[in-house]
Amino acid sequence: MSSRETVLGRVREALGPARGTRVPVPRDYRRRLSGRQAPTRADVVALFSERVAEHRASVRHVSADELATAIAAALWGREAGRIIAPADLPFGWLAGLEGVAAQADLPAADRVQAVRGLDGLDGVVTGCAVAIAQTGTIVLDGGRAQGRRALTLVPPYHLCVVHADQIVGTVPEAVARLDPARPLTWIGGPSTTTDIELERTEGVYGPAVLDVFVVED
Amino acid sequence: MTPPSGDSSEGPGRGAAPSSAGPVPLPAPKFATAARAALSDGRLRRNLAGATAVLRARRDAATAELDDWEELREAGRAIRDRTLLNLDSHLEELERAVTGAGGTVHWAADAAEARRIVTTLVRATGEGEVHAVRSAVAREIRLDEALERAGITVRGAGLAELVMDLDGDGRPSHPLFPALHHDRARIRDLLAGGPPGTPADLPDDPAALAGAARARLRDGVPPGGAAICGAAFLVAETGTVVLAEPGGGGRACAVLPETLICVAGIEEVVPTWADLEVFLQLLPRAAVGERTLPAISTWTGVTPGDGPAAFHLVLLDNGRTTVLADEIGRAALRCVRCAACLDVCPVYGRTGGDPYGPGLPGPIGAVLTPQVRGVESAAGASLPYASTLCGACADVCPVKIDIPDLLVHLRGRVVESRRRRPVPPPELAMMRALAWTMGDRRRHEAALRRGTRWARLLSRGGRIRRLPGLLGRWTDARDVPAPPAETFRAWWRSRARSGGTGTGAGPEAGR
Repeated sequence: MSSRETVLGRVREALGPARGTRVPVPRDYRRRLSGRQAPTRADVVALFSERVAEHRASVRHVSADELATAIAAALWGREAGRIIAPADLPFGWLAGLEGVAAQADLPAADRVQAVRGLDGLDGVVTGCAVAIAQTGTIVLDGGRAQGRRALTLVPPYHLCVVHADQIVGTVPEAVARLDPARPLTWIGGPSTTTDIELERTEGVYGPAVLDVFVVED
Repeated sequence: MTPPSGDSSEGPGRGAAPSSAGPVPLPAPKFATAARAALSDGRLRRNLAGATAVLRARRDAATAELDDWEELREAGRAIRDRTLLNLDSHLEELERAVTGAGGTVHWAADAAEARRIVTTLVRATGEGEVHAVRSAVAREIRLDEALERAGITVRGAGLAELVMDLDGDGRPSHPLFPALHHDRARIRDLLAGGPPGTPADLPDDPAALAGAARARLRDGVPPGGAAICGAAFLVAETGTVVLAEPGGGGRACAVLPETLICVAGIEEVVPTWADLEVFLQLLPRAAVGERTLPAISTWTGVTPGDGPAAFHLVLLDNGRTTVLADEIGRAALRCVRCAACLDVCPVYGRTGGDPYGPGLPGPIGAVLTPQVRGVESAAGASLPYASTLCGACADVCPVKIDIPDLLVHLRGRVVESRRRRPVPPPELAMMRALAWTMGDRRRHEAALRRGTRWARLLSRGGRIRRLPGLLGRWTDARDVPAPPAETFRAWWRSRARSGGTGTGAGPEAGR
């Protein structure tokens, strides 16, 4: 008998007559923010900015037409000379760069090379799939302008552009919008560790600095 | 060391005593014996007291912030119960979904089989080393030791793993913060005593220490090799694995290597993707007292061009079905490994994780380990007593496991399992003697009089430090208050004599 059959057989035997009982699941929890928490759309965006900042990310609100300038200024300010970006990043985002070597992430034949190639880069610029106001979380799903997961793991600096319409209020709203078939990266601020006396400091993996640009138009 | 017979003890003979089908109990000391060293370690107790107080305060704030916290807990409890009662079909669904997404599912009936599967998978990659992120399951099956025995070097992926490695025989004290019992001075000493290149004048502020650890782990998780991780949840409907961690070591393991091996218990399944809307709210706030865990990763099978080229999921039983067979005890399998119960437990707060043995520490370990390993061994039988039954663990549990209720249930099983022994256990002998004494009024009153007199002779300053004879073992770990000078019955009689006012010391004296 295979272990699969053994384990499944044990489960069935252990449950006995109780097996298959449908336990009703009360779902009386909130799916959306209440009117008191965030009365308007602008309040949802403001709540997101506030909460993501509490994760030690720096947050800026920019309008669509000043985004390219703001990105260029941020990269300059963070002394990011060599950056990488997903190949499908909107063309305009990096249009204002000066003195920054930006490379598009192209598929590599060799896996090891694809990861090693990220070593020595100063930063990465991406978009996101969904952002959650209540928890200050940003979720990347590898879709447009987000690239593969290693991009936001290896370089020490991450600039993430969040469109205001990508911000939802709660975790249930985000889960409903996301596609589980895609690999998802939920980011709660820059890389941290709390392993030393529970004090939150820069972590071992992932970007030590996270800049979030909230684009409103 | 695991006894060799442990590898072959699993089999179809499950019909007998429930605990005989589990893994062979490891020779482990009783909880009270194992806790002695920890209790006399002042530094450990101070560090634990400080850390658990911080975690308690953070958790209280984070859970109070949500006005639907109780509704979320209730939903979490119900989803976990629903999952467990349909576990076989959810597991089959999970297997189909993972396989359909390009992953491979392995089934392990016990720890030995899981160790074999993982060792074989790592060997097949041709690598002599593997990167691993801490997980309760890996510790439970002693995966690291098995891989080392097979000649495979295990490299911890995170800061806490590095600290534990440097600590030598150090064992993690907390599922989420393995180095919780070390203060910054100790971590500084561990990091500074390392290989050349480490500054000898390393300051002991956490940021500098993290920097030193980062430099140590500079090469990180290499892109070509294999890595091992655990899981927070497995979504049956979609085959998605959810990893949720306070640091990013697990994310690095899940993204960078060529081969990813995830070892997870069969109870970690949740039915649907939408169910994560409950657990991704419950877990971060209960586990670390934050609105979200800093690094949550989910993936389904393999994704071309992104992450590992091969994904293996090892589903582990290792006694979980034994727990499932106990209608009351199965509630412990709802556990989502948040460790909230540890941080509120007065026993864990003084002993740390070590005395609980290789399984989960804290109150949840005290109910899961004896169920998995059986209550026949001294270590297993001692765990249900490693509690004050204060109930704080039940109050904080995000999936509403009534741990004190389970502890009492297990204490009953401990006494029951010893009933047929030639020498009756002390509880049983005492209960029999009590039944005989209390069966007769005069016997009872005489015993009370004598008992009170002797007990008062034994007491010093209102406390009895040690009871005589067999009962002495009970007072090893606790003091007993001295009984009052007068028994209730004597007081009642004197009250009747003096016309209902009593002596002034009785129960109604304060009115």
